[in-house]
Amino acid sequence: MDSVNGVNSVTGAEGTDHADHADRADRTGRVDGAVSGNVDKGGGMSGASPYRLVGARPEPGFEVRVDGRAVPVVPGQTVGAALHAAGIRTWRTTRFGDRRRGLFCGIGVCFDCLVTVNGVENLRACLTEARPGDEVTTS
Amino acid sequence: MTAYDLVIVGAGPAGLAAAGVAARAGLRVAVLDAGARIGGQYFRQLPDGFNAARPGALHHGFSTFVRLREALGGADVLLGHRVWAVEHGPEGGFAVHCLEGREERARTVAAARLLIATGAYDRVLPFPGWDLPGVMTAGAAQALLKGNLVLAGRRVVVAGTGPFLLPVATSLAEAGAKVAGVFEAGGRFGLAPRALARPGKAAEALAYGYRLARRRVPYKGGRAVVAAHGDGELTHVTVAKVDADWRPYRGGYETIECDTLAVGYGFVPQLDLPAQLGCEIAGDADGGPVARVDRRMRTSVEGVYAAGETTGVGGADLAALEGVIAGRAVVADALGAPAAGDPEDPRMEARRRRLAGFARALLRAYPVRDGWMSWLRDDTLICRCEEVPYGRIKEVRDLGAADARSIKLLARPGMGWCQGRICGHAVARLAGEDPAPPRRPIAQPVRLGDLAAMDGRTLDDDT
Amino acid sequence: MPDVVVIGAGMVGAACAYYAAREGLTVTLVDRGSVAGGTTGSGEGNVLVSDKEPGPELDLAMLSCRLWTELASEAREVGGFEYEPKGGLVVAENDEVLRALTELAGHQGGSGVVARPVAADELADHEPHLAPGFAGGILYPQDAQVQPMLAAARLVRRWPGVTLRTGTEVTGILMEGGRVTGVRTATGDIPAGAVVNAGGTWGGEIAALAGVELPILPRRGFILVTEPLTGGPSGGPFVASGPLVRHKVYTAAYVTNVASDSEGLETSAVVEATQAGTVLIGASRERVGFDRTVSLPVLARLARQAVALFPALADVRAIRAYCGFRPYCPDHLPVIGADPRVPGLYHACGHEGAGIGLAPVTGLLVAQLITGAEPELDPEPFSPGRFAGAAAWTA
Ligand SMILES: Cc1cc2nc3c(=O)[nH]c(=O)nc-3n(C[C@H](O)[C@H](O)[C@H](O)COP(=O)(O)OP(=O)(O)OC[C@H]3O[C@@H](n4cnc5c(N)ncnc54)[C@H](O)[C@@H]3O)c2cc1C
Ligand SMILES: Cc1cc2nc3c(=O)[nH]c(=O)nc-3n(C[C@H](O)[C@H](O)[C@H](O)COP(=O)(O)OP(=O)(O)OC[C@H]3O[C@@H](n4cnc5c(N)ncnc54)[C@H](O)[C@@H]3O)c2cc1C
Ligand code: FES
Repeated sequence: MDSVNGVNSVTGAEGTDHADHADRADRTGRVDGAVSGNVDKGGGMSGASPYRLVGARPEPGFEVRVDGRAVPVVPGQTVGAALHAAGIRTWRTTRFGDRRRGLFCGIGVCFDCLVTVNGVENLRACLTEARPGDEVTTS
Repeated sequence: MTAYDLVIVGAGPAGLAAAGVAARAGLRVAVLDAGARIGGQYFRQLPDGFNAARPGALHHGFSTFVRLREALGGADVLLGHRVWAVEHGPEGGFAVHCLEGREERARTVAAARLLIATGAYDRVLPFPGWDLPGVMTAGAAQALLKGNLVLAGRRVVVAGTGPFLLPVATSLAEAGAKVAGVFEAGGRFGLAPRALARPGKAAEALAYGYRLARRRVPYKGGRAVVAAHGDGELTHVTVAKVDADWRPYRGGYETIECDTLAVGYGFVPQLDLPAQLGCEIAGDADGGPVARVDRRMRTSVEGVYAAGETTGVGGADLAALEGVIAGRAVVADALGAPAAGDPEDPRMEARRRRLAGFARALLRAYPVRDGWMSWLRDDTLICRCEEVPYGRIKEVRDLGAADARSIKLLARPGMGWCQGRICGHAVARLAGEDPAPPRRPIAQPVRLGDLAAMDGRTLDDDT
Repeated sequence: MPDVVVIGAGMVGAACAYYAAREGLTVTLVDRGSVAGGTTGSGEGNVLVSDKEPGPELDLAMLSCRLWTELASEAREVGGFEYEPKGGLVVAENDEVLRALTELAGHQGGSGVVARPVAADELADHEPHLAPGFAGGILYPQDAQVQPMLAAARLVRRWPGVTLRTGTEVTGILMEGGRVTGVRTATGDIPAGAVVNAGGTWGGEIAALAGVELPILPRRGFILVTEPLTGGPSGGPFVASGPLVRHKVYTAAYVTNVASDSEGLETSAVVEATQAGTVLIGASRERVGFDRTVSLPVLARLARQAVALFPALADVRAIRAYCGFRPYCPDHLPVIGADPRVPGLYHACGHEGAGIGLAPVTGLLVAQLITGAEPELDPEPFSPGRFAGAAAWTA
């Protein structure tokens, strides 16, 4: 799955800006770029990125497992944001038409983003802050 | 269980401002919010984990937030508390029923007075393909960025109507997204002369315009995204040139590649809680329901106040001002003296009138026109939850469903997970009505086990 | 000029229009709101024989049950509605209740009700997720479930002889020489040979327009709806090990509550799954006038009873609750038939918590009475004449 934004920077995405951070990430045992698209590719113009905009120096992150796949998280991010950052934009299909769903309202209103976390069904991914060790399953 | 003098639901600018005022006057105050951090929608904060050196870069008027935060004083801030119901307490006052955290721990907070500052959510309109992943609300794009430092997409189209599109497009562009275009269904800078008469706001709009132009983001009025396409996920949208009623001109279509569409047609105030208590709900300038309040932000139900977007969509400045007024009013009503300042202070009132007048002018300048109905195809979903296509709505209209409620009863739009929050406006308009006040006795899903545990218990047994 | 004006496009009015048209009459069906916008849109769709004591209402229910089956099979060709003969399971908390329940079932058998005793250790075969500890139960295979709103709307369209006028409030009953000659509406008079009052909970107000009293009062009921559960093959709510709820399941206390005269709150949850994947938990009964204020204590009570029946529901979330107002008469019988006080006026209202189930038979009887055909069942117990002793109001 190709990331369309790839801004989660667990692996030291800010490149030269944050070499220290990259070191930290490596020390936590993760391989740089292990998760496709989970590096800050900068994006649009002049290497602008959300991280650069606010001068973020994120703490070492952690991973959650989403249907068995590792997804990096910066502490405090929601499950939905982490998935989105990892290029995963669909994680549920609907009951009747098997339609694909991901984030829509982003603030807990639409219930499009439902996931199962550690066996608890129907949690809103956009509201649920990810925790180390979370097992996320989708339907 | 001892009651708080004031419980505030919503830690946005309105709720925070009120909390500060009331707490400083010595009242016992609790601010509840579903979110993990204070700030609400406008001042949505990054998690500490990012160690942002310039958190204000994502916010216009960040200093206001800092002031609000610092003024909170001794107010208890209860985060991660989703309020699913409010009711009158057995001996006066109110019981505020919450679900705390991911575990959804049931908890009831008692309040002598209640301020409802629950804000609003994006108003959206259906169009073919709007349920493809990659299509999201403009507010969602903001929330991803402000609260998670995640860019909604690499190549983004921003569309809809209203002044909110500008900051959304600007932040996306400045955070590194390629914004392929901003499409305002109303006229270009529909801001209208009336609106521009407020110098601060005009300057703000111009500043956004300038920042967008600098990044070569095209901004076009009279254009709407009338369809989204993609095989499973969004790959491109159809943008149509639309007339004053938002009907596409023949041949005026273009296709734009994008992985993300951020779309919003204004906001819908979050009124579930005041409606539960029977507060009077009135129609705003755009016909949408809002909590009716007096000059002191008191609703029609004694002891219940409302401030911010719940009283009408007007932006963060107005919300904060209303919060101050509400805080002062609560203090005056609770202590019998205006210890926190006169809630009817003429200068504040004048400012509120000005800001509210401006907000109403904006609502009138950016109306949602019914021409969007011409974008629909029979298989376009109107209700995303129950997957009700437009064709089905037409069918039950033919069967005699003459109003929005009957359409809902016969075809099920609004019966699902979101309880009509997303499709409610569209269904009402399809029935030719203004959206009705919400009737949601259960504002957030609550486990039957927790509900069952309330049986036969009085408020005093709690906590 | 239509032969008949039916006032009220709820389930009962729709059935009256349907059967009258089937008898060859032309019908104008008027409602001040939409089709199915009254109590029909705020109740449930249980078609029950299990909850009725032997007597006239059970006879009515048995016939209606058969008519529902016919209507549903017809429906396949002409645009359907959900109708599911899923059966009801009534469970008893203890041996004493089970004895009473078994006795009732025995009596009901005389009216044609099929009732199969289920021993305690067989309950799980029928409802695998039922809580343990019940003394036993009775399975009623004739109990069924219908989606009443759609059913009402579809029935109205089934015969060309029916004209539906929504958004048309009846403000007066036209009379000439003491006989009903039509109705007055906000948008003009509609002359007709006969007028049927199918105004449900508002049937008393319509009767008053004709100068007669009909004691119909509201009895409020709340219903809880859960989140949709993972869809199984039939689309119903599933948990890992199969459908969570298969029948309509309720405790024997329900039967006593239905018949109760108490003003106070009574609840005895009826739990059932819907095709939309949700679980419906209904319904409370209390007399509080037309008060729509949500009562959390009532919802809490319903939830507790539902969880007591199906412990797995404790972790299922409620997402919605709504209420409606059942139209009840003091003697708990519906009012069906010609009003002896006002020739030309027929009543079809006051069905309390059984208006969906009893709608077809009501429509059939009213149509037969209007055309002078031999009624399929003796309507006397339901006659409006039973209130004729009450002082007639002057119009
Ligand atoms: C997603 C989104 C993003 C927005 N972003 C911007 C922006 O970037 N710029 C801009 O100018 N305007 C933005 N707005 C508009 C915004 O509504 C106002 O500018 C401003 O935030 C309103 O302030 P408020 O205090 O009335 O409510 P809000 O700031 O909306 O605060 C309301 C708070 O109430 C909480 N809440 C609601 N219901 C419950 C409940 N049942 N239980 C517990 N807590 C609850 C919410 O979590 C929220 O924190 C946005 C709106 C939305 C919906
Ligand atoms: C919570 C609850 C659960 C229930 N569960 C069941 C169940 O499981 N099974 C069952 O069989 N029954 C059930 N019922 C009862 C059932 O819903 C009612 O008995 C039935 O809907 C009555 O139908 P009706 O057509 O008589 O009335 P309604 O559906 O109320 O129709 C009456 C119509 O008359 C119209 N009207 C009134 N006055 C005027 C006027 N002046 N001019 C024009 N139009 C007028 C109204 O607008 C309305 O549409 C339940 C009820 C409730 C509240
Ligand atoms: S995205 Fe709408 S609820 Fe999560």
